[in-house]
Amino acid sequence: MSNAVSALNSERHEGFVTVSEAGLVGMITIRSDQASKPLVKALKDLGLSLPPKRGITEAGGLVLAWMSPDELLLICPHDQAPAHTGALEAALAKTHALVVNVSDARALMHVRGARADEVMMKLSPADIQQLPAGEMRRTRFAQVPAAFWRSGREEISVICFRSVAAYVMGLLEVSARPGSELF
Amino acid sequence: MLSLTCPCCGITAEETEFHPGGEAHLKRFGPGSSDDDFEGYLFGRKNPKGVHFERWRHSHGCGKWFLVARCTATLEVFASYSAQTTTPPVDVIKAIKAKRPDWEGYA
Amino acid sequence: MSTRLSKGGRLIDRATPLNFTFNGKPMRGYAGDTLASALLGAGQVMLGRSFKYHRPRGLVASGVEEPNALVELGRNARFEPDQRTTTTELFEGAETRSQNHWPSLEFDVGEINDKLYKFLPAGFYYKTFMAPRAAWKHLFEPVIRKSAGLGGAPKEADPDRYEQVYAHCDVLVVGGGVAGLAAALREGRKGQRVWLVEQTAHWGGRTPVDGGQIDGEEAADWIKIALQELESLPNVTLRTRLMAAGQYDHGYVIGLENLGDTRPGADVPRHRLWRIRAGRTITATGALERPLSFAGNDVPGVMLASAVRDYVVNWAVSPGDRVVVVTNNDDAYRTALALLDAGLSVPAIVDAREESHGALPQVAKARGITVLEGRGIARVLGRTHVTGVEICMQAGEGGATQVLDCDCVAMSGGWSPVVHLWSHCGGKLSWDAEHAMFRPDPERPPLGAQGQPMVQAVGAANGDLQLAAIMAAAGLGAVSSDEAPMMPVWQMPAGAPDALRYKSFLDFQNDVKVSDVQLAAREGYESVEHTKRYTTLGMATDQGKLSNINGLAVLSDALGQPIPATGTTTFRPPYTPISLGAIAAEAKGPLFQPLRRTPIHDWHAARLAHWEPVGHWRRPYCYPRSGESHRDAVNREITNTRQNVGLLDASTLGKIVVKGPDAGRFLDMLYTNMMSTLKVGKCRYGLMCDENGFLMDDGVVARLSEDTFLCHTTTGGADRIHGWMEDWLQCEWWDWKVYTANLTEQFAQIAVVGPKARTLLERLGGMDVSREPLPFMQWAEGTLGGFDARIFRISFSGELSYEIAVPASQGRALWDKLITEGESLGVMPYGTEALHVLRAEKGFIMIGDETDGTVIPQDLGLGWAISKKKDDYLGKRAQQRSHMTDPSRWKLVGLETLDGRVLPDGALAPAEGFNANGQRHTQGRVTSTYYSPTIGKGIAMALVLNGPDRMGEVLEFTGTGDTRISARIVDPVFYDKDGEKQNV
Repeated sequence: MSNAVSALNSERHEGFVTVSEAGLVGMITIRSDQASKPLVKALKDLGLSLPPKRGITEAGGLVLAWMSPDELLLICPHDQAPAHTGALEAALAKTHALVVNVSDARALMHVRGARADEVMMKLSPADIQQLPAGEMRRTRFAQVPAAFWRSGREEISVICFRSVAAYVMGLLEVSARPGSELF
Repeated sequence: MLSLTCPCCGITAEETEFHPGGEAHLKRFGPGSSDDDFEGYLFGRKNPKGVHFERWRHSHGCGKWFLVARCTATLEVFASYSAQTTTPPVDVIKAIKAKRPDWEGYA
Repeated sequence: MSTRLSKGGRLIDRATPLNFTFNGKPMRGYAGDTLASALLGAGQVMLGRSFKYHRPRGLVASGVEEPNALVELGRNARFEPDQRTTTTELFEGAETRSQNHWPSLEFDVGEINDKLYKFLPAGFYYKTFMAPRAAWKHLFEPVIRKSAGLGGAPKEADPDRYEQVYAHCDVLVVGGGVAGLAAALREGRKGQRVWLVEQTAHWGGRTPVDGGQIDGEEAADWIKIALQELESLPNVTLRTRLMAAGQYDHGYVIGLENLGDTRPGADVPRHRLWRIRAGRTITATGALERPLSFAGNDVPGVMLASAVRDYVVNWAVSPGDRVVVVTNNDDAYRTALALLDAGLSVPAIVDAREESHGALPQVAKARGITVLEGRGIARVLGRTHVTGVEICMQAGEGGATQVLDCDCVAMSGGWSPVVHLWSHCGGKLSWDAEHAMFRPDPERPPLGAQGQPMVQAVGAANGDLQLAAIMAAAGLGAVSSDEAPMMPVWQMPAGAPDALRYKSFLDFQNDVKVSDVQLAAREGYESVEHTKRYTTLGMATDQGKLSNINGLAVLSDALGQPIPATGTTTFRPPYTPISLGAIAAEAKGPLFQPLRRTPIHDWHAARLAHWEPVGHWRRPYCYPRSGESHRDAVNREITNTRQNVGLLDASTLGKIVVKGPDAGRFLDMLYTNMMSTLKVGKCRYGLMCDENGFLMDDGVVARLSEDTFLCHTTTGGADRIHGWMEDWLQCEWWDWKVYTANLTEQFAQIAVVGPKARTLLERLGGMDVSREPLPFMQWAEGTLGGFDARIFRISFSGELSYEIAVPASQGRALWDKLITEGESLGVMPYGTEALHVLRAEKGFIMIGDETDGTVIPQDLGLGWAISKKKDDYLGKRAQQRSHMTDPSRWKLVGLETLDGRVLPDGALAPAEGFNANGQRHTQGRVTSTYYSPTIGKGIAMALVLNGPDRMGEVLEFTGTGDTRISARIVDPVFYDKDGEKQNV
């Protein structure tokens, strides 16, 4: 849909790290028994294996994250989300499952730089320094819920709700201001 | 500020990531119940100094409810466990007894 | 006269002089100075006036415990009162001003209070200003407020940045003295994640001043070596200028780091609040020296013995040329020796003990210092500075045996471990009679989440006052001078008469004297907590760091009980004051609260919408045009919606999908009406109650498929209702097969409302929006004008209405298109106030207006939405309780004012008679009230006693002041009673 815009239109700020909105990103919530065979098969068809508790698996530009014992999040290109949603719905039609496209309910931010952890430490009570790669941490960012993971070398990706994207971007920008490095 | 462990996702986090939900193991009384039973369900709450069972939701995390056995006086946490149970499990009772031998038990 | 010495000063850099001012007078210090050392070095002994008696005051201490030397610092937006000069590092251009005097420091009118001390005892204000009552507000309080208090308040917004950071560690070591360094080394070598924090800018604590050897090295060298090793350990984090303010439950510690105080205007956070979660805390916070209580112990120039040697050794500042040392212990002899080493004169050491044979006294005597044993100070001579002391027998009543000329007195009453962090979370103390101090009782530590000891005290904070003992506890050898036992001295001399006790200060900052505490005891105060509040002992910004133990010793003595029987007051965080800026951190200005924005927010903002906060959302209240009042704008928006077509950004509406084989059964429990019978493709309005039976939310449910429902909630209810659903699914009916997801933000939702709504949608094209196939209370899915749309034919206005949901990313584009395409139809956006009036004209209730947590659906005439067929739903049992079925419950009606005015919100209808409290009975209450441009007069909804049976009756409602407004009870549906307009 050419009319589609993300919450912040890829807003970006340079501080002691770079913070930016990722633009439109596809996200699909899958609620199901994670041991369900149709689910495992549907994911396998996408090249994805089931992530362990709090874990993340990746394949072919797709990221699959464990969100809760009966919830997964599939992250994909925005324009692919409707098709993936439809395919998963069809694959899980005979089981008790809920597949919903939540791409537009969310915003995705990138925090890039050697000191990315320091920005996160100012906003989330989670133990960021001990967060391993390949783990999704759902937590609090100042006054709103958020989730983040190490999406690359010196890169952390943060998911928040779309309505508070400007708030979260404001938090990131303030926290990344030069002169406020922690270590 | 408390630190709690969510048994559903395994995260240990500070209290601000959770939301308290009051006393655990309440039995719901609906239509057909006596006035006394219903009143107890709506309003009767324990307020012990010592061992207490309560509901918490991992609201800024996996979103799941779970239960916590805790000492209201020292804030010691004996166990956090599944919300899908009507009474405290045996191992939780055991863990409490080990720490509080004088505890009268779950009633 | 204090002065800067020509040599020495281990912390100052003489190559870097710094200029500053005190009361406008230019002064000079050095890098490494504190404001205190710089002022003292510049010869400024008197630094302020006391709180109550306006007595001249100077420095007492050299660290956090300083009660007197508080100044106003900075100017304009960076003005801050009550800054502790002993902990504020000197910086170039610092502007300082003394406090609590008028017109000047040297001549202060308030000093009259000091002559009136006999009339200003403890509790003076409580006792004196009782009557007449009105005089307190208009006379006493304004005068007292003006004369009391310390510095002034800043008048401009703080321009600085502050921030908070979360940190996690296995072991937090608080205090960078030798005990803390040793503890950090031990834990760091074990591989623990260690944080070591020190409140000052320097490592080593007191030891570099007091001397000694550790592990075969001079103490100062050992500190360097220890630091080097700690810095080499990747698992150890070291921070100076970070004060651990409080120890809280489960290992949570708050610390304040100072980054910008010495760099006003620098582009750095001024303060940083650390929120540390530590597996264990090791508190190595040292000890504080206690003053002695003798007459005139507050005259400028009377200082703690440890502070005197700190100024000499650390900053090469002599507090005086002739310093009399007065003590009850050996440690203070170090001060005398340090003074001699600096070439200063010590006329005598006055030792309250009968004999002093310890190692340090022997050195002092060998170096020719006169030691007066069994003596005390009867009184200090001098007013704005010390000129001498009268010496007396400690055991006597203060008769002077000699007078010594001096310009400084160095006093030591012994030491008190800093037990704050140990005590904050319930760690208990035991009384150490030998050292006359409370120390942590290792048998009763504060407990952590697993019931394990959470805090460990080491070093002086643990009551080990001598270097050898401190390091031995850490498993290291050390050499320090052996100290002979001290002798508790709570009043000097022991038999001091009233005249001396009246001038023996316990709490310097709040001007509490020995005589005040004794008076409190005589007046019946036995609890130390009550005495504290009555006398204000320990209630100043220093929180009694110097006065606490001395005060409770005096109280114990007055009560004739041992000190442990009196106990201490409660130690509460913060250890030293924390800036409000650090507590607020980023949560100010635009980041004060998360503002939730809809996908169409920017359009509203560009049209200068007047905003209404709804939860964290900002929704347009109305869109005033140039020169238009808000009321006019609202009326225009309503009229246009009724006559043409209006657009409402309804994106904030809650949208929760509920799916599963048991979804219908589940919704039957949640809603009062039957949802499981709803046909696919249809919509139904539903009510949700809590288990008390009270109405908590409402909205339209659409059945999307056999096992899938979409539940609309109120804007404020989205998160709450989703949580409510999950609660029941997870905790009560966990075997039911239902999944939910909150899709509120996935969709932008736009209500297209008004007689021309269909025409507008037809212009977009792509979907058939005519009555058939899309009648009222149905929904359809398709592509509308190129948008992925789901259209609900639901109405909250009584007009022909479509609510169009599209993915949020397309919301703004759809809005723009509707505005463009609708231009010739007269399309206008309308805000929440128009929404409210439109629904009120139709008699639709609003959660939060007609409901307040005590209202059941039956009160609102919503019995039609309560299923009689269901055995159970949440709230059903409660609605059977006698109070809920009482026919005299107030019921919903409409009101029309007789004169067309608008009733005030919440207006009450008085009834005859009064209740037991003498309050007028009432018979009704306005729940919503508006001017209706459609009806042309004030309309309202109200809950009224037997209301539906009183149609046509006129009631009086309270107006503003004593006025009354008459309103007629009518049907709450004012407009299109048969619903023909919404059903076209």
